[in-house]
Amino acid sequence: MRDAALQMRSPGGRDRIPPARRILSVFRAAVSMLVLAVLLPATEAAAVEQRFPQPDFKKGHVQPVYQPPAAEAPWRTWADIGLLAGALGLAAHLALVRRSRRGLFLLAVGCLAWFGFWRKGCLCPVGSIQNVTLGLADPSYGIPLAVAAVFLLPLVFALLFGRVFCSSVCPLGAIQEMAIVRPLRLPRWLDRVLGLVPHAYLALAAAFAATGAGFWVCRYDPFVGLFRREGPAEMIVAGGVLLVIGTVVARPYCRFLCPYGVLLNWFSRLSRRHLTITPDECIQCRLCEASCPFEAIRGPEPGPVDRVAARRALAASLLMLPLFAAAGALAGRAAAPAIATVHPAVSLAAEIRAEDAAGTRDLTWATREFRASGETMDSLAARETVARRRLRTALAWAGGFLGLMIAIRLVALSRRSDRRDYIADRGECLGCGRCFAHCPREYVRRGVLDGPLLNP
Amino acid sequence: MADETKSLARREFLRRGLAGTAGLCAAAAAGAAMRGASAQSAMVWQIDPHLCIQCGQCMTHCVLEPSAVKCVHTYAMCGYCKLCFGYFQPGAAALTSSAENQMCPTGAIRRTFIEAPYYEYSIDEALCTGCGKCVKGCNTFGNGSLHLQILRDLCVDCNECAIARSCPADAIRRVPAGQAYLMKSSHGPAPAPAAKTPTDA
Repeated sequence: MRDAALQMRSPGGRDRIPPARRILSVFRAAVSMLVLAVLLPATEAAAVEQRFPQPDFKKGHVQPVYQPPAAEAPWRTWADIGLLAGALGLAAHLALVRRSRRGLFLLAVGCLAWFGFWRKGCLCPVGSIQNVTLGLADPSYGIPLAVAAVFLLPLVFALLFGRVFCSSVCPLGAIQEMAIVRPLRLPRWLDRVLGLVPHAYLALAAAFAATGAGFWVCRYDPFVGLFRREGPAEMIVAGGVLLVIGTVVARPYCRFLCPYGVLLNWFSRLSRRHLTITPDECIQCRLCEASCPFEAIRGPEPGPVDRVAARRALAASLLMLPLFAAAGALAGRAAAPAIATVHPAVSLAAEIRAEDAAGTRDLTWATREFRASGETMDSLAARETVARRRLRTALAWAGGFLGLMIAIRLVALSRRSDRRDYIADRGECLGCGRCFAHCPREYVRRGVLDGPLLNP
Repeated sequence: MADETKSLARREFLRRGLAGTAGLCAAAAAGAAMRGASAQSAMVWQIDPHLCIQCGQCMTHCVLEPSAVKCVHTYAMCGYCKLCFGYFQPGAAALTSSAENQMCPTGAIRRTFIEAPYYEYSIDEALCTGCGKCVKGCNTFGNGSLHLQILRDLCVDCNECAIARSCPADAIRRVPAGQAYLMKSSHGPAPAPAAKTPTDA
């Protein structure tokens, strides 16, 4: 083997070889390749890295050392996290203190440019849910401090000031914000039903992340392909379609898909401060009623006629929460065998069995590599069983969570509040600031309209 | 009136209590997720060159185009062969650098005559597409000094690496940033890029 190859290193440059010898040398090369091709499979297991000896340079040539390009310095991640915190603070200031729609819009443009197009959308709190879930589920996987910070920052700001992250910091939200042309009002029932999709997405994404079935939120991120201007064609098309839909249905991803939005919604409901439609007092002029493209403005409600009866009805309807949760858990468990095929171990085992049944081999790279790796079918079957069991548990939890969310939505439908003013729904308000300009009191505050300042 | 104020105060108290609990829960979840062993440093995607089978999916499945995977060369392992199985097509008509003789579809390998009978091969990363054809040739017939690796300056550190998902040999995994690059010459943790000594042990 070695001789054959060494022969090929015939001394002297190619130029000095007469044509006849050159043909011979090519012939020898072909023969040596053939010989090697025949011999190698037998010797592959014992193949050492140095088939050919180290060169012995007579003229003192120094071998270069390959210098792999260095990664971006870690401080850049922290600089981005600092920018994220700064942008969140600025958004809170613009929404709550300055009450400036223009400021919020410009901040959104800036964040879209920086976090989206320049940093390629990968400082992403939305995706970080999965890292946190996997970190909780798998003791060998831990998230670095930077990921924890990215996960926590928008939530902390939501607890303090509402969804300022959605308003103008999140690049996914910002790109849709730019696409809104003429928002339609969805029927309330459709809005409520579609609003359950993010809960299902969150539950599934967490179940998949926790069981090692992959990070589905990242895999199906519709806008990252646009930010990078490259990526899987179907995802770029999906992003484009969402933006087109977004011209008439404002921010469809934020409202009807985003799993992180579910958490932000909860946290924002409890927020210490939140943006208000009116700077001081609502005069029930109804001018803001239709100003919100996200239908997050709630008007006055008469309140229950009989408070005691209403309280009793609420207590009774709360009893159905565990029922819905249990039904959801059972449904999740029942769906687990079908859904489990998304796990790589389960799908590989299925492929191998299908090949065995059909009497074929190596139809895919994965099955070929599995057979070449020497792993036994028993070991793969054991991996599959573990994956299936873990997915069954995770999907039961996911189903239970979704059942609970459906029940809570139903209970909320039957609840009558005694709200007197027009207010922004703290959970669903995305903080875009469009309503400011619809409030006459705002013009008094700005000094454009004359009028008494109420409760300054 | 007094009742209403009391009810409002109660609601506010409840809300703040819940807000505090929610904040603590989120912080506790993030804190608990940080326990794992890999939390010490940023994790980066790398190809284990000893597991790689050069199937070529790195070229097509990376979210970047061209892929962040390139061929890298551990010169210390190279035999400096005149007949390089990474450089020439099998059955090449002549051992010249004409395109039809080259294995590399983009001509990304430079062949430099050093002294008889040695030639040095270097990779032009700007041209390399990470198809792995040369790596397959070098590993099958030669010393295996060429191998594929994810270049840290190109990789965008996707949360879920698309080529890791499609890799049939499970050769791509996250390693602590300090252990990158996984070079061919070192089986275990390779020296950090700063050390720059991917020499043969």
